[in-house]
Amino acid sequence: MSVGIIMLVHTAFDRAEQVARHWAASGCPIVIHADKSVPMKTYNAFVKALSDLPDVRFSKRHRCEWGTWGLVAATQSAAQIMLDEFRDVRHVYLASGSCLPLRPVQELIDYLADRPQTDFIESATTADVPWTIGGLDHERFTLRFPFSWRKNRFLFDRYVALQRRLGLKRRIPNGIVPHMGSQWWCLTRQTLSAILSDPDRPEYDRYFRHVWIPDESYFQTLARQYSLQIESRSLTLSKFDYQGKPHIFYDDHLQLLRRSDCFVARKIWPFANRLYDAFLTDGAAAMKRTEPNPGKIDRIFAKAVERRTRGRPGLYMQSRFPVEGRENGLTCARYSVFEGFGDLFENFDSWLARATGARVHGHLFAPDRAEFSDGQTVMNGALSDSAKLRDYNPRAFFASLIWNTRGERQCFQMGPRDHIKTIEWDIAKDPNAQISVITGAWAVPLFKSNQNFGDIRQEAARLQQIESKHLEVLRSPWAKARIRIWTMAEFIEAPMEPLQTIIDEIGQQNMRGLSEVPKMADLSGFGQFLQNLKNQGMHPYLMGDFPVAHGPHEPQQNKPKPYLVQ
Amino acid sequence: MEWLRHAGIAYRLRWKRRRLLFRAWRKRHQLRPVADRTGTIAPETILGAVTVRNEMMRLPYFLEHHRKLGVGHFLIVDNASDDGTAAYLADQPDVSLWSTTHSYKLSRFGMDWLTWLQICHAHGHWCLTLDADEIFIYPYHDTRPLRALTEWLDANDRPSFGALMLDMYPKGRLQDHPYRPGDNPFGALCWFDAGNYMIQKKPDLHNLWIQGGPRARRFFADRPRRAPTMGKMPLVKWNRRFAYVSSTHSLLPRRLNRVYCEEGGERLSGILLHTKFLNVVIEKSAEEKTRREHFENSDLYEAYYDSLIANPDLWCEGSTRFTSWRQLEAMGLMSRGEWV
Repeated sequence: MSVGIIMLVHTAFDRAEQVARHWAASGCPIVIHADKSVPMKTYNAFVKALSDLPDVRFSKRHRCEWGTWGLVAATQSAAQIMLDEFRDVRHVYLASGSCLPLRPVQELIDYLADRPQTDFIESATTADVPWTIGGLDHERFTLRFPFSWRKNRFLFDRYVALQRRLGLKRRIPNGIVPHMGSQWWCLTRQTLSAILSDPDRPEYDRYFRHVWIPDESYFQTLARQYSLQIESRSLTLSKFDYQGKPHIFYDDHLQLLRRSDCFVARKIWPFANRLYDAFLTDGAAAMKRTEPNPGKIDRIFAKAVERRTRGRPGLYMQSRFPVEGRENGLTCARYSVFEGFGDLFENFDSWLARATGARVHGHLFAPDRAEFSDGQTVMNGALSDSAKLRDYNPRAFFASLIWNTRGERQCFQMGPRDHIKTIEWDIAKDPNAQISVITGAWAVPLFKSNQNFGDIRQEAARLQQIESKHLEVLRSPWAKARIRIWTMAEFIEAPMEPLQTIIDEIGQQNMRGLSEVPKMADLSGFGQFLQNLKNQGMHPYLMGDFPVAHGPHEPQQNKPKPYLVQ
Repeated sequence: MEWLRHAGIAYRLRWKRRRLLFRAWRKRHQLRPVADRTGTIAPETILGAVTVRNEMMRLPYFLEHHRKLGVGHFLIVDNASDDGTAAYLADQPDVSLWSTTHSYKLSRFGMDWLTWLQICHAHGHWCLTLDADEIFIYPYHDTRPLRALTEWLDANDRPSFGALMLDMYPKGRLQDHPYRPGDNPFGALCWFDAGNYMIQKKPDLHNLWIQGGPRARRFFADRPRRAPTMGKMPLVKWNRRFAYVSSTHSLLPRRLNRVYCEEGGERLSGILLHTKFLNVVIEKSAEEKTRREHFENSDLYEAYYDSLIANPDLWCEGSTRFTSWRQLEAMGLMSRGEWV
């Protein structure tokens, strides 16, 4: 008993010859089908090159265009020759010219000899698998496809649309249930001969001739009629990209292919010398007798699909530049934005860095420069602190900053004194942002400053206007960030609770509760300051309600908090 | 009315492309063949196209690297070199050489000459259009020849392939790093800027306008709009009706500029390692500053040349050391896309 190999070849004849010799060396008879579009001269040379092998036959040539009946017809005629001429063949293995045996052929022969009744053919109903590309699943069996998908895409699509509109449906003969699966199978003589000599075969052939991609459904469907035992998987390792095109294996896949433990792989790049050398000289390879396990390498291919369809979130680069709404995440990691905290607390930055272990920047969008942490002038990725470069493309600046520091939480300050107009929407819409705002805190530096009151009044009016616009953005229905807003009066009433919440959410080290409190600015007289602004006709309302005489709002500095357990 | 505007742009670009092709045709007599070996070009040969001027330092490695990748034949225009470049190139068996003494700037920085050569010899070939200081790499370039890439692009109906130009620089002043022709330039030029690139989409040509890198950081921080463009489209399945618009940054017809994905996914892309900052750059900058052949508005770039002549140190704390293409891929400077 032996295994017969059917080889469908249309290009790279030198490799096909090499592989054919490899099969033949282990005593496998071979029937080769060469595509009709191959020039006669090439074909004859190929036939001649293999003429020294006794058990090689060539079958009638059909034109094999992708997705058409030709491939099935070619397989049928080759299979007929195989069954007729090599009586002791029990399993027939369908392979292509770009298939490469990965394990010693004897292992395949033994493997099949142990399973004499089993047909290895991937075969699933359309309803159960998400394989189909291009939206045609069950319809490939109920519509007609006289136009080539590759060459006449327009007519193909129009004709499908027309049939849908007219409600045309084909009858599926004899109530067979269409199945589909990988084109590359291995069937027993019993099953294959039953398919080929079925009295209804003309009817099936007529039907499948106009099914789309019949090579993935003809044998897959009919095997279900006769097989005693179907193993619904292909012994040939073949991987497809997200558009249904087969992945090609190159020299650097050597280890990957070894790991798969599969018997045969396709498609191999014809110039992958290292692969052909490694796998076709099998003398050294140890007999493994393990089950083929293509699943072991699936992750790599799944990741490629992910990369091609969704990409790496937060990355903007030469070949990934998503339009608005398709970013799949504006940035690549979570980060925290603090507004007003730096004004209200004297040592907020250093305190935050200690409390969270995150990287804490100053005002990234300050007018004169991007205030990177520790006064750096360049950040990871050689990102410059130049305000002009930053403002030239703030979005790119910011996305790069978060991308360059992957793996480390970023925190920074923002406020109405910064250049926030061009970036505030991007940050507000970003689900990765955690934004905490103490409104009106910008007044504290003014209160502390030594400017003429007229200038202070003017500046306060300007900042208040900017911040109230900014708050509109944060409160808009499009804002997707995690946003918390307190008025200043509200916040200093009980500062620890919100701080604790924010820190917990950043959640890096601190499971214990805050051991240290940031130092709040001295606000005695602040109420009076606000009243003075009001008296000048400028009503500061974003701070909330500050009474003129201080008392209840006096900040509780350095008083131990009962709930702060160390 | 939107479609009318689009049709208008498309029509205007069509004529622009024809104008560029006509320009190339008019300039054909400026090229004098020195060594014409184009008869040896086979139908499958991958071509390289370059304009050079005094590049004896860089050419040996440049040719060696791209030969190894699988470029089968180089079409080279020599623009009045006087350092032996012409004689060296004429001796190479896989180089066809033309020479000209006409203006580089008036030839759209060499593009008119190359366009003419591409019309004559590159139709139907994959063609890699480079400068002598660009070293082309792509994912898996160490194990898969260029032919694997072009076949894959063919199979996926991609007629063009994008690459980001990555300025490579040494640590320390530029002139402190001696270089001998033929050496691997990335022994010393092994640092780069990994994450300061700024991208905009050009509304008419649809290409991405990428700026950034050490030159933007050091020389153009005060006028970022003037910073050099880093996005290129060096590898194209050439058709005699195609034309590069400005250097290899953009192409016509504009569909060729779509080398990126806008739906969130990543496409396969490559990198041009830029060896501009070899020690010779200082001498060259001094020469270029007086020749005024390298920029449209040369006056605007005087300060840039002055900074270069001053032998600067481009390295900074945030620089990244180059190790391999996998590193560039992991950092998101190029992508493997769905090529596994």
